[in-house]
Amino acid sequence: MDVLEIARWQFGITTVYHFLMVPLTIGLGLLVAVMHTMWVRTGRAEWLRMTRFWGRIFLINFVLGVATGLVQEFQFGLAWSEYSRFVGDVFGSVLALEALLAFFLESTFLGLWIFGWGRIPKKLHLATIWAAVVGSAISAYFIIAANSWMQHPVGVVLDTSSGEPRARQVDFVAVLTNNTALAAFSHAMVASLMVAGGLLVGIGLWHLRKRKLADKSTEDVDHAVWRRSVRVGGYVSLAAFVLVALTGDWQGKLMYQQQPLKMSSAEALCETEAPASFSIFAFNKLGSNECDDVHSFTIPYILSFLAHSDFSSPVPGVNQLQEEYAQAYGATYPDDPSYGDKAGQPIDYTPVLAVTYWGFRLMIGMGALSAGVAAYALWSTRKGRVPTSRIGVYGSLLAVGAPFVGNAAGWVFTEMGRQPFVVYPNPDVPRADQVYFFTAQAVSPGITATEVWTSLISLAVLYGVLAVIEVGLIVRFARRGITEGDTTPTPGIGGGTKDDDDRPPRADDDASDDVLQFAY
Amino acid sequence: MDLQTLWFVAVAVLWTGFLLLEGFDFGVAGLLPVLGREPADRKLMLRTIGPLWDGNEVWLVTAVGATFAAFPGWYATWLPAMYLPFVLVLVGLIVRAVAFEWRHSSHDERWDAAWTRVITTGSFIAAGGLGAALGATTLGLPVGEGGIRVGGAFSGWSWPALLGAVAVLAYSLVHGAVFLSMKTEGELRHRARAFAQRWAPLAALPLLGWAGLVWARYGGLPTGITLVVAAGAVVLTWARLAAGREGQAFTAWAVVLLASMATVFGAVFPVVLPSTIDPAFDVLVTGASVSDYTLTVMTWVAGFGLPVVLGYQAWTYWVFRKRLTAEPEHATVS
Repeated sequence: MDVLEIARWQFGITTVYHFLMVPLTIGLGLLVAVMHTMWVRTGRAEWLRMTRFWGRIFLINFVLGVATGLVQEFQFGLAWSEYSRFVGDVFGSVLALEALLAFFLESTFLGLWIFGWGRIPKKLHLATIWAAVVGSAISAYFIIAANSWMQHPVGVVLDTSSGEPRARQVDFVAVLTNNTALAAFSHAMVASLMVAGGLLVGIGLWHLRKRKLADKSTEDVDHAVWRRSVRVGGYVSLAAFVLVALTGDWQGKLMYQQQPLKMSSAEALCETEAPASFSIFAFNKLGSNECDDVHSFTIPYILSFLAHSDFSSPVPGVNQLQEEYAQAYGATYPDDPSYGDKAGQPIDYTPVLAVTYWGFRLMIGMGALSAGVAAYALWSTRKGRVPTSRIGVYGSLLAVGAPFVGNAAGWVFTEMGRQPFVVYPNPDVPRADQVYFFTAQAVSPGITATEVWTSLISLAVLYGVLAVIEVGLIVRFARRGITEGDTTPTPGIGGGTKDDDDRPPRADDDASDDVLQFAY
Repeated sequence: MDLQTLWFVAVAVLWTGFLLLEGFDFGVAGLLPVLGREPADRKLMLRTIGPLWDGNEVWLVTAVGATFAAFPGWYATWLPAMYLPFVLVLVGLIVRAVAFEWRHSSHDERWDAAWTRVITTGSFIAAGGLGAALGATTLGLPVGEGGIRVGGAFSGWSWPALLGAVAVLAYSLVHGAVFLSMKTEGELRHRARAFAQRWAPLAALPLLGWAGLVWARYGGLPTGITLVVAAGAVVLTWARLAAGREGQAFTAWAVVLLASMATVFGAVFPVVLPSTIDPAFDVLVTGASVSDYTLTVMTWVAGFGLPVVLGYQAWTYWVFRKRLTAEPEHATVS
C-alpha cells in the first residue's frame, strides 16, 4: 500500500475509535448532569447514587475520549500536511477555537466536579458538571462545523495569489452557520443520547433481574436506582430515536443537493429515476464497483419522497452523476507529482458502493434495533414490574453496543461517501470559483510508508489494548453497581470503596476517612 | 504590532504556558520512583496534580491548534518532518492520561504500581518528545522546497532535538520537585526541596544552552537581557530553596522558563522553522500565516474567550490551593 492508503486507514481507524467514546461522553454527561440536578433539587438518595454510579462509568470513558482526541489534532499535520496547507485559513481556526472555548471548559470543570464533591458549595458544584457538559457540546459543534465545511465548503473563496491554490476564508459566520453543520450536529447529539439511553437500559435491566432472582427488596433505594435508570434510559432512547430520524431526514435531504453521488450510492441507484425507488436489499458482483453489476430489490416512490418530500421528483443515478462529475472535474487526475501515485490515473467519482449502501443501512438498522430494545424495556418494567426473561434482559445488555455500531457506520458512510474528495465542491458556487480538494492531493509528501505503517500499527495495537481495559473496567464497575461511597457526596468518584465498610454514611462534608478511597 | 506578530507571540505564549503548567505535572510524574518511596508518598504526589493535569494539557492542545490556525505553513512543515517523534509523544500522552484515571479503579497494589509506572514512562516520553520538537523547530530541521523533509524518517533526529528533549526533561523534573515542596507537608516536602536544591543549577544548563544557541545565531540586545535574567533566576531559585521559601523558589524557577523561552522565541522571530538545508527554505512568519481576515476573527474571539478561560483556571488553582499531607485530607469549603 502507498502512503495515501495507509494514512487513510490510519485516519479511519483512529477516528472511528475516537467516536466510540465521544457519543457516550456527550450523551451520558448530559444524563449525569440531569441526575445530579435532580438530587440537588429533590434530595432523594437514589438520584445521588445514580449520579455517582453513572458518573463513574462516564469518567472511565471520558478520559479515553480525551486521550484519543489528541491524535486527531496532530494527525492533520502529520499525515495530511498538504490538506492542512490548503484549508489552514478556515479549518485551523475552527480547531483552535474549539480548544480555547470548549476543551478548557470541559476539562477544568470536570476536574472541579470530580474533586469538588463536598469541597465546594452544593449548587456551585452542580454548576461545574453543567459547565463541563456545555463544553462537550460546544466542542462537538466546532468539530462538526469543521467536518461539515469539508462536506459543504461555505464562506471561502479560492485564492491563487501565492502561486499555490488555497482556500481563503471570507465569512467566518457562514462557516459556523453552515446548514450542513446544523443538521449534522443535531443528528450527532441526539444519536449520542441513544448511546447513553441504551447503556442505562441494558445495565439497569441486568441489575433489576439479578436483584429479583436474589429476592432482594423492591422497596429500597438501590431498587429505585436501577428502575429509574431503565425508565429514564428507555424514554431518552425512544425520544432520541424519533429525533434521530427527523434530523437524519433533514441531513439526507441536504446531502441530495450537496453530494448527490453519496446518496445515490447509498441506494445503489444506477440510472436516474422519476419517481425513484428505495432499495431494501442489494448484492453486487464480488470485487466490482460498477453500479450496473448491483442487483437491487426496491420499493417504488419512496426514494423520491426521502429526497424531495414528494412521490414524483427525479433522483439522479450514479451513472449520470459519474459522467457529470468527470466532465466538471476531469476524467483523470492531472499528471502532476502532487497527486502522488494517482497522477494521470482515472478518477472514480463513485464511492465504494458496498460501503455506502451497507453503511447507510447498518446505521438505520442499529438505531431501530436500539429503539426496539428501549420500547421492550419500558413495556417490561411498566407499573413496577421487573422482567426476568433471560433473552430479554441479556438481549438488552447486548444491544448496548447497537447505537455505537450505528454511530460508527454513519460516520464511515458519510466520510467514504464523499470520496474521492476530501473537500467536496459546493454545487451552489459557480464551477470556476469552487473550492475543492482531492484526497489524493492531501497526504504529506515527505513522509515514508514505513513511518505511517509504524504509527498505524502502534496506535492500532495500543487502541486495542486500551479498549480491552476500558470495556473490562466498565463491565466490572457496572456489575459491582452501587457502592458504599455512592451514598455520600465525598470527593473523587473512584469505585474502589471497601464493600465491608458498614459504618453509617455521614452526610456532612467531613467524611474524611472516605476521601482517600476516592482521591489520589 | 501587526496581526502576524501578535499571533506569533500568542503561539509562543501558549507553548511556554504549556511547558510551565504541564511541566510540573511531567516533573511530579517523573519523580514518582525517586521521591515516592512508599505507596502513600506516590498517592500523595499524584494527588497534588490530580485535579490540574487535564486542564494543563489543554494548553498543549490549544498551542498546537493555534499553531495550525495562525501558521498552517509552520504546522504542516514541522509535524511531518518530525513524524515519528510526534507519534511517540501521542502514545506517551495517551497512556499517561488513561493511567491517571484508571489507576485508582482497583485496590490491587500491583495494578496501582503498574499504572504508576505508566504515568512516569508516558510523562518522560511526552516531555522529551515535545522538547525535541521545540528544540528542532527553533534550531533547525532538514526541510527543503515546499516545506518537505529531505532525507529519511530519522533525518530530523538531530542534536538540537536531543538538546531540546534534555532541556525540557531536566527543567520539568526540578519544576516538579519545587511544586511538590510547595504543595505538600512533612517528609516528602523536605525530600522534594532537597532534590530541587541539589539539581536546579545543573538542570537549568540544557535549557540555558538551548536558549543561548538560538540567541547566538539570531539574538540581539533584548533577548540577550532575557537570557541573563534566566541565568540570574537560576541562582535566585537556588537561594530561595536554601532559605526554605518554596513559593518564592517556584516563582523564580518559573522565571527561568519564561525568560528562556522569551529568548528562544524572541530571537528566532520572524523565522519559525529554520532549514538546515538552505536558509532559503526557512519557514517564516509571513509565508506560514493565514489571511488577515482569519487572524482578525481569531483575535476577537480569543480576546473575549481567553480572559474567561484564565479566570476559571485560576479559580481551580484557588480551590485546590491547600498543601496536602499523607494524612487523610480534611475537606474544605471555599
